[in-house]
Amino acid sequence: MSKDMMTGSDAVAFGVKLAKPDLIFAYPITPQTHIVETLSEIAPSWGGRFINVESEFSAIASCLGAVSAGSRAFTATSSHGLLLMHEVLHWFVGARMPLVMVNANRAVGSPWNIWADQSDSLAQRDTGWLQIYCETCQEALDTVIQGYYISEKLLLPVMVMIDGFIISHTMEEVEVHEQKKIDAFLPPYEPQFKLDVDDPRSFGNAALPDDYYRMRKAIQGTFTSSFEVLRDSHSLFEDVFGTHYDLIEAYRCDDAETIFMVSGALTGTTRVAVDMMREKGMKVGLIKLRVFRPFPKDALQQIIGGDQDVIVLNRAVSYGAQGTLTQELRSAFYNVDDKPDIYDVIISLGGKEVFPETLIDVCGGIKADPAFKDEMIWV
Amino acid sequence: MGIVLDEYVSGGNVGCPGCGAVLGMRHVLKIMGKRTIVVMPACCWGIIAGPFPSTSLRVPLLQVPFETGAACAGGVRQALISQGKENITVMVWAGDGGTFDIGLQALSCAAERDEDIIFVCYDNEAYMNTGIQRSSATPEAAWTTTTPEGEGRFKKDIFEIVRAHRPSYVASAVVTHTRDFQMKFEKAKAKKGFRFIHLLSACPPGWRISSNDSIEVIRLAVESGSFPLMETDDEGEVRLTYYPEKLIPVAEYLGLQGRFKQISEPQISGIQEFVENRMRRLGYQEI
Repeated sequence: MSKDMMTGSDAVAFGVKLAKPDLIFAYPITPQTHIVETLSEIAPSWGGRFINVESEFSAIASCLGAVSAGSRAFTATSSHGLLLMHEVLHWFVGARMPLVMVNANRAVGSPWNIWADQSDSLAQRDTGWLQIYCETCQEALDTVIQGYYISEKLLLPVMVMIDGFIISHTMEEVEVHEQKKIDAFLPPYEPQFKLDVDDPRSFGNAALPDDYYRMRKAIQGTFTSSFEVLRDSHSLFEDVFGTHYDLIEAYRCDDAETIFMVSGALTGTTRVAVDMMREKGMKVGLIKLRVFRPFPKDALQQIIGGDQDVIVLNRAVSYGAQGTLTQELRSAFYNVDDKPDIYDVIISLGGKEVFPETLIDVCGGIKADPAFKDEMIWV
Repeated sequence: MGIVLDEYVSGGNVGCPGCGAVLGMRHVLKIMGKRTIVVMPACCWGIIAGPFPSTSLRVPLLQVPFETGAACAGGVRQALISQGKENITVMVWAGDGGTFDIGLQALSCAAERDEDIIFVCYDNEAYMNTGIQRSSATPEAAWTTTTPEGEGRFKKDIFEIVRAHRPSYVASAVVTHTRDFQMKFEKAKAKKGFRFIHLLSACPPGWRISSNDSIEVIRLAVESGSFPLMETDDEGEVRLTYYPEKLIPVAEYLGLQGRFKQISEPQISGIQEFVENRMRRLGYQEI
């Protein structure tokens, strides 16, 4: 066991190293660059190869080719790069090809902005990728490993999010696990079907409506059963490495009157705010939404009761509607009789700074005027 | 050089009668053989290959988004290298849209990286699968559903564009000139690195010809000098590989096709002059 100080980008790169993909195809974009720089340096150490292609489009397309031919692959991107990949993101899911991709969350233009928000990945909500948001550098490393386990079991791709700069460029103490433990957790990628000249098959031939519908229904079926695979992944990971991960994390929620729901690195800031408010005797807690797709409706319903208020901290907006996470949470409680009050807070787009005091003020303001329940609250 | 009896394209596929692309694939795969993986961006063949769960190809096929042909094929090749698998041909089979237009970036960059793939463009000179819309491969004066008055620009010179990357092999070919066709695909198969073959491919509905003229029209394309058969390697010198005995007038080639029905005399003269100049530059003296 070794612990080192490293950035989130390096934690991702060392997570990839432990998963030993044959190939990494990538194109540089701030703030993802340190991931691919480190990978280009360390890939030969496990016999992997780093190939710098000419666009994110070709990065994800090359991954499609490599995985279809039976290799484990990896790519990382951010913001505009992720948006450029959009068509192939859909294709990956329809083709039922596994992949892990790390997205360093960053705002999208216009105007240009390189700082963190979640507009890029949440805009990919309906592509059929699993989405997992990380709070720390260690979680980033661990989630890359879990991502391959989950992806290859489900034959669906997994997107792992780290906040641009806040995680990608910030150093924390990270444990890089021993390879033999990883090998006990993550079996090699051995697909049932691949491009094989001794067993020729056609992949992706046009499907008529009834066949197409059946295949799409099967994708949803896999998402429904994915909770089981996620649970297995978390429990096996805990057995091997001793760290517990879950779909969501409830922090000081038991007797809380008000709960913040948040994802990504902003969770850390919110944790501090919750502790500060608890010291003043306020009954607050937080829910960290770690897994966004599949959306953990049941887990959220178990934690949140009708007598609680939930303040959803959104770093992406569905313009003309609500914050993206707010929509999801409200939808999860639509059929529940005893509903919580859910507040729609839009915060920290384009990297706008958030301090614990900001969140304490937000909480105080909402408590003072319940009419905020019907508004979109821009902080 | 005999004709291989093995068939890798099945009968009963959904290609149009007289489709040059079906014939092209059939004969290309006879040369490429069993150990070939086909990567196919959106094109007519995307339909001809299916529909699910049937397939008309007896080699592995990966259908991919329109603009990704060369990038996906590069990924396939890199995976084969990682797995230590050798003696497999990875072949992109793309139409002119997936080559000249939307596929050009991936094509250029795969060529620049010298990905070990063969990129075959079967060029029917418009978006035929979507109903005959113009592409940058559509020749001057050709009618399409989006150039009702006839195409105003000349055809993009894809051979020269690819040649500028100095890949290991670039050639133009047609199914009607079989010795030349076979020589080029065998040569491409034997070489390593990025290889490109531009295959002119007749489309009876799109070219407004009868299906039994799809061989004749391609023969005329070559014999008139409209589609010179040539090749080059990484040294870059272009060689004419087939010398028509005497150039027949381009008017004969154009006149067979309904898509050039509205062509004017000055346009025909202009095309004739362009064709003759290009053939002279290629070393053809019989003009």
